[in-house]
Amino acid sequence: MDTTAALVLFAAITTYAIFGGADFGAGFWDLVAGGTKRGGRARNVIDHAIAPVWEANHVWLIFVWVLLWTCFPEAYASITLTLFVPLTLAALGIVLRGASFAFRKAVFRTRDRRNFGAAFAISSVLVPYCFGAVIGAIASGRVPAGGKAGAPWGSWVNPTSVLGGVLAVCVAAYLAAFFLVSDARRLSDETMVAYFRRRAIGAAAAAGLVALVGIFVLANDAKYLFDGLTSRALPLVILSAVCGLAALGLLTRRTRHGARLAAVGAVASLVAAWGVAQWDYLLPESLTVSAAAAPTGTMTAVLVATGLAAVLIVPAFVLLYVLDQKTLLPEESMPEPAHSPLEQVSHVTDEPAG
Amino acid sequence: MAFTLAFHIILVPLGVSWSVMTLIANYRGIKHQDADAMLLAQRWSKYMAVTFAVGAVTGTVLSFEFGLLWPKFMGQWGAAFGVPFAFEGIFFFTEAVFISIYIFGWRRLKPWAHFWTGVPIAVAGIFGSISVVAANAWMNSPQGVTLDKSGKVIDVDPMGVIFNDAMPLMAAHMVVAAYLVGGFMVASVYAVGMLKGRTDHYHRMGFIIAFTVAAIATPVQMAVGDTLARWVYDNQPTKFAAIEMVPKTSDDVPEVLLGHLNSEGEVTGGIPIPGLASILSDPSDGTSTVVQGLDETPAADRPTNHEVNVTHLAWDVMVGVGTLLFLLTLWWWAAWIFRRSMPGSKWFLRAAAASGVLGVVAMEAGWTVSEVGRQPWIVYEKMKVEDAATANTGIWITFIGVVILYLGLGVTTILVMRQMSRRFRGGQSGEVDVPYGPSEPIEAGDEKVPL
Ligand code: HDD
Ligand code: HEM
Ligand code: HEM
Repeated sequence: MDTTAALVLFAAITTYAIFGGADFGAGFWDLVAGGTKRGGRARNVIDHAIAPVWEANHVWLIFVWVLLWTCFPEAYASITLTLFVPLTLAALGIVLRGASFAFRKAVFRTRDRRNFGAAFAISSVLVPYCFGAVIGAIASGRVPAGGKAGAPWGSWVNPTSVLGGVLAVCVAAYLAAFFLVSDARRLSDETMVAYFRRRAIGAAAAAGLVALVGIFVLANDAKYLFDGLTSRALPLVILSAVCGLAALGLLTRRTRHGARLAAVGAVASLVAAWGVAQWDYLLPESLTVSAAAAPTGTMTAVLVATGLAAVLIVPAFVLLYVLDQKTLLPEESMPEPAHSPLEQVSHVTDEPAG
Repeated sequence: MAFTLAFHIILVPLGVSWSVMTLIANYRGIKHQDADAMLLAQRWSKYMAVTFAVGAVTGTVLSFEFGLLWPKFMGQWGAAFGVPFAFEGIFFFTEAVFISIYIFGWRRLKPWAHFWTGVPIAVAGIFGSISVVAANAWMNSPQGVTLDKSGKVIDVDPMGVIFNDAMPLMAAHMVVAAYLVGGFMVASVYAVGMLKGRTDHYHRMGFIIAFTVAAIATPVQMAVGDTLARWVYDNQPTKFAAIEMVPKTSDDVPEVLLGHLNSEGEVTGGIPIPGLASILSDPSDGTSTVVQGLDETPAADRPTNHEVNVTHLAWDVMVGVGTLLFLLTLWWWAAWIFRRSMPGSKWFLRAAAASGVLGVVAMEAGWTVSEVGRQPWIVYEKMKVEDAATANTGIWITFIGVVILYLGLGVTTILVMRQMSRRFRGGQSGEVDVPYGPSEPIEAGDEKVPL
């Protein structure tokens, strides 16, 4: 049961890495899109991709935290106690990001828009960096068990954490570029398809390079993880690389969905490789999954809840997908009345302000 | 932490009750072929998406903060405290997905089918809030855990944790509060509009639907609150003594309005109403009901004088504001019964315009009663606050940062909603990009459109 809970936890982390990562990555491309004029068109595509899911992907992160503190309370306490600084930064970044994304749309002056846009984009880089650094700290065994605080700075300012942070930013940008290619294609904007395709290739190269450098970093700085990655987790590492290459191949061959799927596969197997490499430690060499596990009653309840969620939510997602594909039925669902009373009131005042 | 929670909790009533108001409008729209009602439902569903998204951001921060501020609390009790949150997860996901489906469905589903896709939002809202409140209620009534000698949790009975003794009444009180506050909040916006002369069918309907929801919830809330107060009297006598500001055990205890404890711990100031606290605590015994005083609890295990004052004041505010709102709803019902229409007076609308803020104040005060009255315990009679908090320094800096960010977030929410309402009123189509909604195709040369 402990193992199942840990697997669910890693699955949730992977999901957040993919959906949240793509979101953050879109922010990264926003950051580097260039000046107001030049970057306008790319930002438009990015806006279109993010607006419908605005901040919803954090639900996965909440799920990760809830699972961690419920099923492995000691691990949660140790992680938050030691990694206070990067986690606080990440939390602030998340709020700042959500708020400034909305602000940017609500203000009209170009200068205001640029400032909020910058806040949005910078926090989109800050947050994945912090999460990457946190993972680096955990994976390199810098978080002591037992609710003792580790080094407040050294725990996340060290080679493995820097590697984790940079890799996280690269991976987010990489995923986002693949997703944005599809989004641009949906908008039939060929220029932007080409634009993000170039960036996808660039990000893939960067991620690959960081991963290569990473091998040397880990060999020196995170022995346990390195040993795991080169033995137990080796098939997953290879799978990740293969998926990554396949994604690039499919991208240049201009297939519709294949490239995106392969990119997701590359990221998912990377996260899985990390998990397998440090198995069965939650905090390498100080806290194992079974030692951190909550009593059986709790585990049962959480797994039942997870099962229920899957049963309830999968059909709902299918419904949503079907609706997305369905054509409009304007005449049957009462479109806006032509003579809405609102149209008569033309001056602007504050109506629903919640 | 209390600040973040206090902020988050403002969004909660909207998340829980707005869906119901939307469904009422939607129902009316289909049943009576009322195009205005339909339009109202359509727009409300989009505002809902925005508040839900902001709720998600603040909720994310909360899930960090539990660990950042109370690592020891979470390490010790996470296995029990977390159980209700795991169930809450189900309801969040359900709510998020169905809000999306509902918004997508406007122009893609037949009217009744579409209406039914909105129902799960309302149901999930109720169960979601019950789950979270169950976690909080567990701190008042920590059951379902077995500890070993060193105080480590070795066994958890999930049912015992979720269905702890404090949960049913607290959850009921919170859910009704959500409808009360949400109803008044939405109604107050339309009241402002009507005061500005927008009294057409559409605005009146927005007001009537929202205010009716609140006007049903308010009397219910008084009854539930009264029962809850008696539960506290029976189960948490120290908190009750703080609420009623009773230093010494006795019968015939007066109900003191306002007032405070001075440094000697004596009641000073305020307006005493003889015997009322005793009568309210157990009406069947009248003034002879004995109310346990603060002095029965060792000083280290009870709230400080200052905390007692805060609790008592918050109590007065909650009950006082509740009573005012209750009077307002009486006015409303009287007008409907005797004149068969809503009250026409400008003063009624002015009061209604204030009711949204008042509702929030009552709710925040209620939480203060519950939380401060429990001091110094974080988990009643099991763990003290000082043993739970983090040893990290620099919390104050974080705190100030968080306050500033949240103010920003609050302003954003309001700005975004105003922007939406401007676009709605500007006569553009009802389709605006909202979180979770389908996005419109970009037209060539389209300037970036505000949300
Ligand atoms: C919308 C606002 C609202 C209104 C009008 C009232 N309440 Fe309340 N009250 C709440 C909103 C609230 C709350 C915010 O929802 C609390 C905090 C914790 C909880 O479960 O509900 C609460 C807590 C709370 C508690 C403390 C429970 C505990 O510590 O476990 C008591 C005793 C009452 N209420 C009693 C009353 C009475 C007797 C009221 C009216 C006459 C009343 N409330 C009106
Ligand atoms: C699940 C829900 C909640 C939990 C777990 C919780 C937890 C706690 C804890 C552990 C404390 C004591 C720590 C401290 O004094 O700082 C506390 C205090 C407090 N909480 Fe909450 N709380 C919850 C909901 C709320 C809400 C919704 C409010 C909104 C107003 C609130 C307001 C306060 C206040 C005012 C204090 C007193 C602070 C003080 O005395 O220093 N709480 N809460
Ligand atoms: C771990 C901490 C928490 C997290 C992660 C969290 C997260 C969320 C999220 C994402 C939502 C949906 C947004 C919305 O509907 O506006 C929500 C809603 C809600 N939250 Fe919280 N929240 C937390 C703590 C609390 C606390 C302490 C309370 C109050 C005691 C609370 C009460 C509610 C309620 C009643 C809802 C509405 C139910 C719903 O709409 O699903 N939450 N929360």
